[in-house]
Amino acid sequence: MPDRKSPFLILQSIGKTFASGVTALENVNLTVNEGDFMSLLGPSGCGKSTALRIIAGLSSPTSGVVDWRRAPLKQNDIGFVFQEPTLLPWASVYDNVWMPLRLRGVSRKDAEPQIAEVLERVHLTGFENAVPRELSGGMKMRVSIARGLVTRPRILLMDEPFAALDEITRFKLNNDLLELWQARGFTVIFVTHSVFESVFLSNRITVMAARPGRVYKEVAVDAPYPRAQSFRTSPEYAALCRNTSDVLVEAINATAEDLEAVDHVGH
Amino acid sequence: MSAIDQHVKTTPVDPDEARRVRLRKLERTGSWLLPLIIMIAAIALWDRICVWNGIPQYILPRPGVVLTTMIEDAGLLFSSLLVTLRITLLSLALAVIGGVGLSVLFTQSRFIEMSLFPFAIVLQVTPIVAIFPLINIYVDDQTTKLLLCAWIVAFFPILSNTTLGLNSVDRNLIDYFKLNGASRWQTLWHLRLPAAMPYFLGGLKIAGGLALIGAVVAEFVAGTAGQSSGLASRIIEAGYRLNAPRLFAALILISLTGIIIFLLLSWISHLALHRWHESALKQEQ
Repeated sequence: MPDRKSPFLILQSIGKTFASGVTALENVNLTVNEGDFMSLLGPSGCGKSTALRIIAGLSSPTSGVVDWRRAPLKQNDIGFVFQEPTLLPWASVYDNVWMPLRLRGVSRKDAEPQIAEVLERVHLTGFENAVPRELSGGMKMRVSIARGLVTRPRILLMDEPFAALDEITRFKLNNDLLELWQARGFTVIFVTHSVFESVFLSNRITVMAARPGRVYKEVAVDAPYPRAQSFRTSPEYAALCRNTSDVLVEAINATAEDLEAVDHVGH
Repeated sequence: MSAIDQHVKTTPVDPDEARRVRLRKLERTGSWLLPLIIMIAAIALWDRICVWNGIPQYILPRPGVVLTTMIEDAGLLFSSLLVTLRITLLSLALAVIGGVGLSVLFTQSRFIEMSLFPFAIVLQVTPIVAIFPLINIYVDDQTTKLLLCAWIVAFFPILSNTTLGLNSVDRNLIDYFKLNGASRWQTLWHLRLPAAMPYFLGGLKIAGGLALIGAVVAEFVAGTAGQSSGLASRIIEAGYRLNAPRLFAALILISLTGIIIFLLLSWISHLALHRWHESALKQEQ
């Protein structure tokens, strides 16, 4: 198990205001430790995805600092999984997973051991030559995860990756993701709007409130890993879910007061 | 016969499903049989009309006569076809280079696109027949003249389609490439160009037909000055001499060429896209 003590990433009073005048994030402070599986949980419009994009460097904050403690973080060190699989539809599974390595100058042949390993990890061995449209939604997501992990990033950013999948597939992918995380020991920031998913996966949940997007409260999930399927039905899990759900409702209520005032801006 | 086939044969099918299967089979045969029947009927009718009304050959030749002329004048007609075909294919190749080249330039900078795109439209909407006399004055070389003319007609669909395609890339994929530190060139080569492929091929199909039209029109305008040896000039010449059979033969050759170009480009498009693009998938079913 990775050491959970040392801070890995610190967001210091991050704010983001778009040119349209909408404030997506206000004074967000967050510390992610090495090896954390942290979920960002909150209602839609609370800036979870915006925060993730700022962490990834795809968007710059209007105010505040993104502090990588082991800076500077190289391109290699971030893996990103989008809400949609976001694969190249013309390329095979193999070539899709090869792409991040290819962009770093690794030849198709040299990349083989890494690609084979990561495809085995996501249970897609044997599907190297399939193109995305020949795969199911869950399999496409697996390719997307494999692609995010093939460069061996130290941190994996996931933006509601399983939101569009059916429950059975989601459970399976949850289990597989935890297995991968434990085996590889990377850090995960996982954006979701599902209480159940965040409790099952994470050791820490940051609950966010909306308008403006801000950190409402942090919930620690103290259940031990590995978490098997049986964890889902345990009383402990139910209690944790209830607790987290209560915090989320508080966060939503904290939002509701000024909801109408800001609503006309339109999102 | 395999076990699966036997299974299909012996599986009881409800009448509704059976009717649908029958209909699908019928449609598949009909899609080529019906046009063929109509064509044969039309040719037969054409022949009968000529005979019944005693129409002289120099006004409307019988189909058989057209066919004989095509065979008898094969040397002349096919050498002319080759001239037209050469202009068509060369101008199509130049249209691809020019169209794709310009659209790649456009995607590199919005400002270049803003500055140049209106002129491409001006070139497109001005009838080529009206521009040609100018080209005729300024350009000396016969082939260059025709090429330029056919190119102007053919390049626009490739330019506009490819530009659209290069700009229709999934935003997330662009972010993804950015995250992986892809250079502008890498993003173009590995992402934008493949993503634009279906659009480009759609433009190419239109451009193939237009290149032929451009070549023929250019020959027509140039041919009136007796300078060209393509199929269009054969048509003009045959028109002057009231040689209707040869006129028809040349016309049919042009049509056939257009059809073959279209089928060829459709086939290329299918080869390039059939594994992944929606448009090609429907064709397969």
